[in-house]
Amino acid sequence: MSDIPGDLKFLKSHEWARVEDDGLVRVGISDHAQSQLGDLVYVELPEVGASVRAGTGVAVVESVKAASDIYSPVSGEIVEVNEALNDKPEIINEDAYEEGWIFLVRPSDRDELDELLDANAYEDLVESEDH
Amino acid sequence: MTEKTVLNATHRALGARMVDFGGWDMPINYGSQIEEHHAVRRDAGMFDVSHMTVIDLHGARTREFLRHLLANSVDKLKVHGKALYSCMLNEQGGVIDDLIVYYLGEEFFRLVVNAATRAKDLAWIGQQAQAFDVQGSTSVAGGRKPGATDVQGSTSVAGGRKPGATGVEVKERPDFAMIAVQGPNARGKVIGLLHEVDQSRIEKLGKFSAAAAQGPHGMPLFVARTGYTGEDGFEIIVPAEHAVALWEALQAAGVAPAGLGARDTLRLEAGMNLYGQDMDESVSPWEANLGWTIALDDGRHFIGRAALEAQQAAGVKRVMVGVVLDGKGVLRHGQTVLTANGAGEILSGSFAPTLNKAVAFARIPAGEPGEIRVDIRGRELPLRRVKYPFVRDGKPCAGI
Repeated sequence: MSDIPGDLKFLKSHEWARVEDDGLVRVGISDHAQSQLGDLVYVELPEVGASVRAGTGVAVVESVKAASDIYSPVSGEIVEVNEALNDKPEIINEDAYEEGWIFLVRPSDRDELDELLDANAYEDLVESEDH
Repeated sequence: MTEKTVLNATHRALGARMVDFGGWDMPINYGSQIEEHHAVRRDAGMFDVSHMTVIDLHGARTREFLRHLLANSVDKLKVHGKALYSCMLNEQGGVIDDLIVYYLGEEFFRLVVNAATRAKDLAWIGQQAQAFDVQGSTSVAGGRKPGATDVQGSTSVAGGRKPGATGVEVKERPDFAMIAVQGPNARGKVIGLLHEVDQSRIEKLGKFSAAAAQGPHGMPLFVARTGYTGEDGFEIIVPAEHAVALWEALQAAGVAPAGLGARDTLRLEAGMNLYGQDMDESVSPWEANLGWTIALDDGRHFIGRAALEAQQAAGVKRVMVGVVLDGKGVLRHGQTVLTANGAGEILSGSFAPTLNKAVAFARIPAGEPGEIRVDIRGRELPLRRVKYPFVRDGKPCAGI
């Protein structure tokens, strides 16, 4: 668990958010979440240009076992989605924090980022779930 | 209180992800469910299925009792070791459980029933055996401990009842573990571990037959050429104290540990029903595509027969069909299916790793269904109705 990148912030529902240099927010699911879900077989991506609200369902990831909603950590507009996941959803299993990103948001309210968990707080959350 | 098989620590040492499965702490995968699925289709994999319940029936009237208890006919079992798949029905024709019965002697049959249905099965079989005893002989059924509720590891529930002089003894065998070894190379790898005097005999063992053999270090095995994956292989019943050694010997022989997740996708691809998902006590075998397991042989009054015949005469209202989703998405249990004759539902449904798309069983109203669609999160997607199995012996079936 100690390999959670320190620049990430998290929702309790296991999505991560990374603020890029250009101020856009990249979103994915945590390594813990992918390992809980197991082999991913399908990702339903949002439409580019769609507006999203923090804490609402934006995408769906499906593993062999279950379907899971992916919430956006911030409000704003979808500016890019990871098209590579259409053919290779297992990228999320292999590299949840980098290549396995899901969508990119132009945030409309940057204060929402302050409400997210930092890497340490998220690590504590995962550990408490495991026990 | 979650129950554990004797292999629990072995699974954990292998890094298995454990889940509660019908009250048992079982491995869902050891890393990748899809890789485990492919290992079984392409080579050999093994599953701990010790949570399943083994029940031995002894006594002079055992065959007669099973004629009454089961919807399939045990009179098909003529050779020692031969196995038969059957439903056990209630009086309404609903499925209490599906099971395999082995013929091990004129006074000895072995049942393997599901894990999640263990308590109700033991109660039902015990109750039926008692009624049968009372009806069929003048002796008073003895040996049953009334009101016993301790189930774990005990043979004293319904399972412990002793027969009357001419009756049937029902005995659970919690002293056994069970390992299923499946895949095109599974039999060869198992046979290599047997005592050499047993090897050629087990090599020749026919499908759906079982025999005793000596495993590593002389451990006594019950080797059955059965399975739940659509591949060739064995299901091996072994005394619990030898299970870990057998598992380790199989692993050393190159058999890959596989979890219950892979077991589920393998059996779905193979077109095999799962109790609780595809049928239960509110569903008759006619509605679960299990008509082939019903033997309406002359003069045999098995439990549920009258109801089945009445349903057949009146026309069965619902049917179970195979469907494929050619578009993106995953079919899952409980999704609504739309047809020209009304709504139905997805029973077992999953992404199928051998086919790289989703397949399912669906229960729909009888009659020509027209275009079948499924509702996935509010969107209607077209389904293609197919004959199943979807996969057999490692290959997609024609038309899938």
